[in-house]
Amino acid sequence: MGLSFDLLINAVIAGILLGGFYTAVTIGVSISFGILDIVNIAHPAFIILGSYIAYIVNARLGIDPIAVSIIMLPVFYLLGAGVYQVYYESFERRGQESLRGLSFFFGLLFVTEVMLILVFGVDYRYVEAPYIGPSWRLGVMDFPLRMLVPCITALALFAALELFLSYTFIGRAIAAVAQDQLALRLMGASPVRIKRIAFGISIATASVAGALLIIIQPVEPSVGREYIGRVFAICVLGGLGSLPGTVIGAMLLGILESFTATFYGPSWAPAVAFGVLLLTLAFRPAGLLGR
Amino acid sequence: MRTRVFLLLLIAVAIVVFFAARLVSNDYVFFAGYTVLQFVVLATAWNILGGYTGYVNFGSAAFFALGAYATVFMHKLYPLPLPLLIVIGAAVSGIVGLGMGYLTLRLRGAFFAIATLALAVVLQTLVVNWDFVGGSRGAYIIRPNEIALIGPYIQYLFLLMLALAVIALAIARGIERSQLGYGFATIRDDELAAEASGVPTLRLKLIATTLSGALMGMAGAPFPYYIGYLQPSSAFGLEYAVNSIAMPMIGGTTSWVGPLIGAILLGSLQQIATVTISSAVNLLIVGLLLVGFVIIAPNGIVGLVQGWIRGAK
Repeated sequence: MGLSFDLLINAVIAGILLGGFYTAVTIGVSISFGILDIVNIAHPAFIILGSYIAYIVNARLGIDPIAVSIIMLPVFYLLGAGVYQVYYESFERRGQESLRGLSFFFGLLFVTEVMLILVFGVDYRYVEAPYIGPSWRLGVMDFPLRMLVPCITALALFAALELFLSYTFIGRAIAAVAQDQLALRLMGASPVRIKRIAFGISIATASVAGALLIIIQPVEPSVGREYIGRVFAICVLGGLGSLPGTVIGAMLLGILESFTATFYGPSWAPAVAFGVLLLTLAFRPAGLLGR
Repeated sequence: MRTRVFLLLLIAVAIVVFFAARLVSNDYVFFAGYTVLQFVVLATAWNILGGYTGYVNFGSAAFFALGAYATVFMHKLYPLPLPLLIVIGAAVSGIVGLGMGYLTLRLRGAFFAIATLALAVVLQTLVVNWDFVGGSRGAYIIRPNEIALIGPYIQYLFLLMLALAVIALAIARGIERSQLGYGFATIRDDELAAEASGVPTLRLKLIATTLSGALMGMAGAPFPYYIGYLQPSSAFGLEYAVNSIAMPMIGGTTSWVGPLIGAILLGSLQQIATVTISSAVNLLIVGLLLVGFVIIAPNGIVGLVQGWIRGAK
């Protein structure tokens, strides 16, 4: 059984590293869907946008993709704030978010994808960085750096957001928006402004997630679609509105997918998220750390 | 009675459309017309769930592809006449719709939408890995050249899709004027209040998903014969998901007329745009129209016209 033990332990490691990356992909949705109750299904499209920006700057100027994504954070924040403003004016204020709001985000997802196809074509794009390729070995354990670096970056992003939400006034106001908007108003904070800030932050995380994505795998415009199921499965599994829950959900899904890929073949991996999503909804809709 | 009159009227219009198309001695009319009619069925089916009950289905492509792959599966197993295959496609998609609805519709509406979005990815994974129906390489279906009584096979396909469009529209209008329709409307307007007043909301929602899914499966069942070579990427094409949302949204979601108008307008526009410009550009147009309409004209073209009539008075 020596062979399968190596295989097993490396499948677990690969799963944890993948789960770390999934944290970055999901954390934005965890804020928008989990806390703000905005079903932003276009989030993967913003991630792909982040990938392409990282790709362009990396290809032209040779700057590290993660550095690019951090420089781009304010731009994505403004983009998110703008999208929220349109969403609020057109749907949320009129109480039409369920049907038309969802269609709006679906339209955004679609338009972004088609525009990227028109500009860049459907070729796979990739970035270059020193940590793509080499790998650390610890006995039989294998840590490919192209997975390890995104995993650590994602966990740093999670830690920063968790600290921000727990210890700053705006961060706590964001948590309050989900619980009691009237009380928030009485505290002198406008719920719309707070939600705009929170949504801006959630889209800003897509910039980082996009850079991590293109480090991990080559990207073409329709790759984002594969992440819709994953992102929401993780969100629901971890428990809506809980960032630590998101990390746990992401790790679990990462490990499950890694096992599936190792023992049944990588082409089955996309189906895992859907199974997890349906099973969670059927047996524990509140998720692992749900309220 | 009035429903029966409406059905007869629809059939009469369908007959006129068919013979008018035959007058143009060019098979392209049938190929293009088939696609437009297919969108009429898909848009109407989507609207039965989305427009009437307010639950968004992003997985139209999945239900459509289920119908198409049910045909491929049966074709490999035993050759059956096409109308029977359509019934089988409807049954398969309807059952999947029921199952999905049962698992997700007891919770918030957003979960259903998300699950449908993921469904397409999963079913595509399943089909790609399933060699019997062609796997990722795709499957060939040899289309007969002629069929008795009608002539060219494409005219037969066109006629079948015309019949499906008539069925879908008749069902949609029938629902609107029945108790079922009022039940759906209460769910759309205030589900909690409906539940409290004793409307069996879960049962009604399941009826809507099953019906809607079955109609989409029907639309997909003849597709392998139409295209001749079915690939997962063409059956699960995003254009089906987008169009079946965009068409009712642009036409108007509150009545059967909206999806019909939306499908004919957008469907024809895309037929022209695909020939003259590229297919990517024409999908971009559909996406932009969808976003624009949901923001600016929430009740679609029908809503605009109604507002205009009311304003003129």
